[in-house]
Amino acid sequence: MPVITVSVNRATQTVDVPDNMLLSSLLRDVLRLTGTHIGCDTSQCGACTVHVDGRSVKSCTMLAVETDGLAVMTIEGLAEGDKLHPMQAAFRDHHGLQCGFCTPGMIMAAVALAEHNPAPTEAEVREGLEGNLCRCTGYQNIVEAIMSGARTMHGARS
Amino acid sequence: MTPFKMHRAKNLGEAAGLFKAAEEGRFLAGGQTLIPVLKQRLASPSDLVALSGVAGLAGIKVEPSRITVGAMTRHADVAASADVRRLIPALAELAGGIGDPHVRNRGTMGGSVANNDPAADYPAAVLGLGATVVTDRRRISADDYFQGLFTTALADGEIVTGLEFPVPERAGYVKMPHPASRYCLVAVMVAKGQTGVRVAVTGAGQAGVFRVPSMEAALAKSFSADAIVGLKVPSDNMMTDIHAGADYRAHLIGVLARRAVAKALA
Repeated sequence: MPVITVSVNRATQTVDVPDNMLLSSLLRDVLRLTGTHIGCDTSQCGACTVHVDGRSVKSCTMLAVETDGLAVMTIEGLAEGDKLHPMQAAFRDHHGLQCGFCTPGMIMAAVALAEHNPAPTEAEVREGLEGNLCRCTGYQNIVEAIMSGARTMHGARS
Repeated sequence: MTPFKMHRAKNLGEAAGLFKAAEEGRFLAGGQTLIPVLKQRLASPSDLVALSGVAGLAGIKVEPSRITVGAMTRHADVAASADVRRLIPALAELAGGIGDPHVRNRGTMGGSVANNDPAADYPAAVLGLGATVVTDRRRISADDYFQGLFTTALADGEIVTGLEFPVPERAGYVKMPHPASRYCLVAVMVAKGQTGVRVAVTGAGQAGVFRVPSMEAALAKSFSADAIVGLKVPSDNMMTDIHAGADYRAHLIGVLARRAVAKALA
């Protein structure tokens, strides 16, 4: 089995992974970071979205071996202690979830979107959510949360 | 997934060697098609040879009359490239409409072109813009490269290293995406430039991407949407599935081709 060195939520991990292990499985089954959800496992739903070197990817559609030398960020890495990331806070404030299953992927997608686009329009947010499915909310509050969270992320920085 | 042995090649020679030594090898580019295929057990290779660590395969090189895109360049990087947006905006727009943002962050141009899915976007760009497929062995013109459903001119173990796009005078791409998968129900690339007028259609043909000579001839005389009004594409060789019938796909080609011309002129 290949030994890889990967930064996960800013902590360096050296792990021995099976050749055919998916990144989603490395995160959930080996590192016990179960905030990353597996919804469809067919690359459609985006519940497993994480960041690899700052870019959003579907962790069920990337082999763990391929993260060797890279930096992975999951939903668990966003908050600073008890202080929620502005996007997490925005999802709570705007009721951007019901059952919550898609939420980790939604928030990781939203953070990646807002990092590249500080003030996304509603249309840009909806387009940015193309890879994330929610079966509860009808998306309205998710879109509002992301527009608000993006403003807070960038307001807080300037 | 069935078990396989994973290799990460550092250069093309090593990648070719690992493939040759494998009982049944497959190259892994961005994995946005191959990994789902493996999970569905539609393929069970003995060995995967990952190309992500091969130096020099990713990146966009600009010359006055052409753009060369490295095979491992991600769709998101093609879409965001200031050079591609300036010189071939239709290509940047096409790349930005593939799949979804997460897929575009992993999927690669070379992987898509090597796979030649009949509903993929990039084959329309490669054929419609008259690109050249560059491999570790030779250069293949787009007209010779696409040879049918998931079939290309690539030999066993041959690696796509890049795509060379001649910069067109103008080009337009219009896609009717499948609402769930974002694959092309039908999409048309129209271009006018160094390689004449070309009209390439993806998503529709039973044998994958194809050109429409009647439209090309009409547009060569007069490059306007009006020039192709009434030109019909026979539905004989169109795909029929639960999403769209052959007649509908054939009809859409005319509609989308006119829109693509209008876009090219905009």
